[in-house]
Amino acid sequence: MVIIETKNLSYTYPGGTKPSLNDVSIKIKAGEFALITGSSGSRKTTICRCFNGLIPHFYKGELEGEIRVADKDTTKHPTFEMAKEVGLVFQNPENQLFALSIEKDVAFGLENLGVPREKMRQRVDWALKLAGIYDLRERSPHEISGGQQQRVAIAAVLAMQPKIIVLDEPTSFLDPLSAKKIFEVIHDLNRKLGITVVLVEHRLDLTAKYADHIIIMDKGRVCQDGNPRTILGAESTRLIGVGIPKATLLFQMLAKDGLKLGSVVPLSSDEIAQSLLEAIKPHD
Amino acid sequence: MIEVQDVGFTYPSGVEALRGVAFTVNNGEFIAIMGQNGAGKTTLVKHFNGLLKPSIGRVLVDGIETKKTSVASLAKKVGFVFQNPDHQLFSETVEEEIAFALKNFGFEEETIKKRVTWALSFLELKKYRKTSPFMLSGGERKRVALASVLAWNPEILILDEPTIGQDYKQKEKLRQFILQMQTQEKTIVIVTHDVEFVAECNPRVLLMTEGRIVADGQGKNILANPEVLAKSSVVPPQVVQIFSRLNELELPKNVIDLYEAKDLLLKKLEKRLR
Ligand SMILES: Nc1ncnc2c1ncn2[C@@H]1O[C@H](COP(=O)(O)OP(=O)(O)O)[C@@H](O)[C@H]1O
Ligand SMILES: Nc1ncnc2c1ncn2[C@@H]1O[C@H](COP(=O)(O)OP(=O)(O)O)[C@@H](O)[C@H]1O
Ligand SMILES: [Mg+2]
Ligand SMILES: [Mg+2]
Repeated sequence: MVIIETKNLSYTYPGGTKPSLNDVSIKIKAGEFALITGSSGSRKTTICRCFNGLIPHFYKGELEGEIRVADKDTTKHPTFEMAKEVGLVFQNPENQLFALSIEKDVAFGLENLGVPREKMRQRVDWALKLAGIYDLRERSPHEISGGQQQRVAIAAVLAMQPKIIVLDEPTSFLDPLSAKKIFEVIHDLNRKLGITVVLVEHRLDLTAKYADHIIIMDKGRVCQDGNPRTILGAESTRLIGVGIPKATLLFQMLAKDGLKLGSVVPLSSDEIAQSLLEAIKPHD
Repeated sequence: MIEVQDVGFTYPSGVEALRGVAFTVNNGEFIAIMGQNGAGKTTLVKHFNGLLKPSIGRVLVDGIETKKTSVASLAKKVGFVFQNPDHQLFSETVEEEIAFALKNFGFEEETIKKRVTWALSFLELKKYRKTSPFMLSGGERKRVALASVLAWNPEILILDEPTIGQDYKQKEKLRQFILQMQTQEKTIVIVTHDVEFVAECNPRVLLMTEGRIVADGQGKNILANPEVLAKSSVVPPQVVQIFSRLNELELPKNVIDLYEAKDLLLKKLEKRLR
């Protein structure tokens, strides 16, 4: 089942002369872990703003084409309604937090939905723990670091348990171990609860292994769309400047020098190490 | 040269952010400071341009003690790009943003024009010359902040998380630029979580945990040491992860470079596969 679909979607920001999104047609299936990447300024954030209706409800401008998210035409449903279906974690978390305490920020969306107190309590605690900030819950979101703010933004979205989670470079301020843990939590929710994940990231070394689907943007257009192994394994993808995982690059470089490690393109260090170990196993 | 002499720093709130930090950065050195959130990395680099003054100990920049001088007088020597560009940008257009410091430092009109044009084209911002920085994407705003500092060509460059929001091509450009700066004997200190970027650059690496420096050495020695990294919440780069799973091949331990890894693997495997 397709849960996000755009057909020939084009969008121009208010006052803009040229479209920022140009004829974008993509389909993301329910339960998928989709990765969106592409050069800086390629409109990754802009497309995310379409998924929860921020475009065209908050950012007016001119939207053409079709967009359906969770069976709803986002242009016809206000953002607070879309929020039940789609949670968006912004690139810059500071702009997303406003309550007096972290806990209140995380509870805000649920309060709006009129979730009963006891259930709300449970969900908020669950989300705070998953994001690793339970101990900070009474602090103000403005006196914590950027990395911790990112965790709050993630917790706020998790608490809503939406069908779709859209994360725009959600761990850029987090240290490598914390980032890894957050990606693991998100991957887990995707696998166990079937939540559809749309993740915007440049650092594919950390994330490619989780993806079922990859979309590469360039200047407001989709330039590649499909299976991560096929796309990241293709020479042309490297040439457009996408940060291919080192494991995948190593596989390609070895192949070029005559060492073929099978037909499955590896996306992680585990996968390529596995292939290398297979290659040296004595044949009988 | 930056000399950090047994520095301790406590915020007015009582948080002890630096404890007994001591090291020297020589001219022309390239250093990456890594470590977990809250380890004190930003607090430390803010001492290099006098934004913060040590509670204990001394910081000397080219022999001048930061406590005895002003931020303004250090500013021209030490360029600082903040982690969050929104804390730095304020002008109405990208062009004005980049020209601002140059004007402040009293450069001539002609020079300002040239420098601004250079910085715009180097950071691929030319088409945004007349755009408000606040209309740009996160990665682009970061590049505007970088451009505004690179424009005046400081002796010492401090970049807090310069690769956030940057694509591979931009990171590669940044790396080339840093190498070029080094040939001019300029000093570069970056604070970063981007392990793969550090692996590609192989600078001197300082690892921090809880206000202390817990490791100091060449990138290839530090990044290939998973036990040391774990203490600072740093995950080893992918090449190191791969090699650590191939114990039986008896590969050298301190490899972080992809090309070196490929050559070593080919050599080992050619023998085995024959
Ligand atoms: N609020 C806005 N008003 C006008 N133009 C905007 C706005 N936000 C983004 N843009 C345009 O979109 C470009 C960046 O798009 P963005 O989706 O943020 O890119 P990415 O996330 O891929 O880095 C900007 O350079 C600018 O031209
Ligand atoms: N302005 C401030 N006031 C009080 N405490 C601060 C301030 N800035 C940082 N801290 C605290 O100092 C410690 C080090 O912070 P910081 O230098 O920002 O770490 P890093 O850059 O390594 O993430 C943390 O415990 C942080 O909460
Ligand atoms: Mg973006
Ligand atoms: Mg910091």
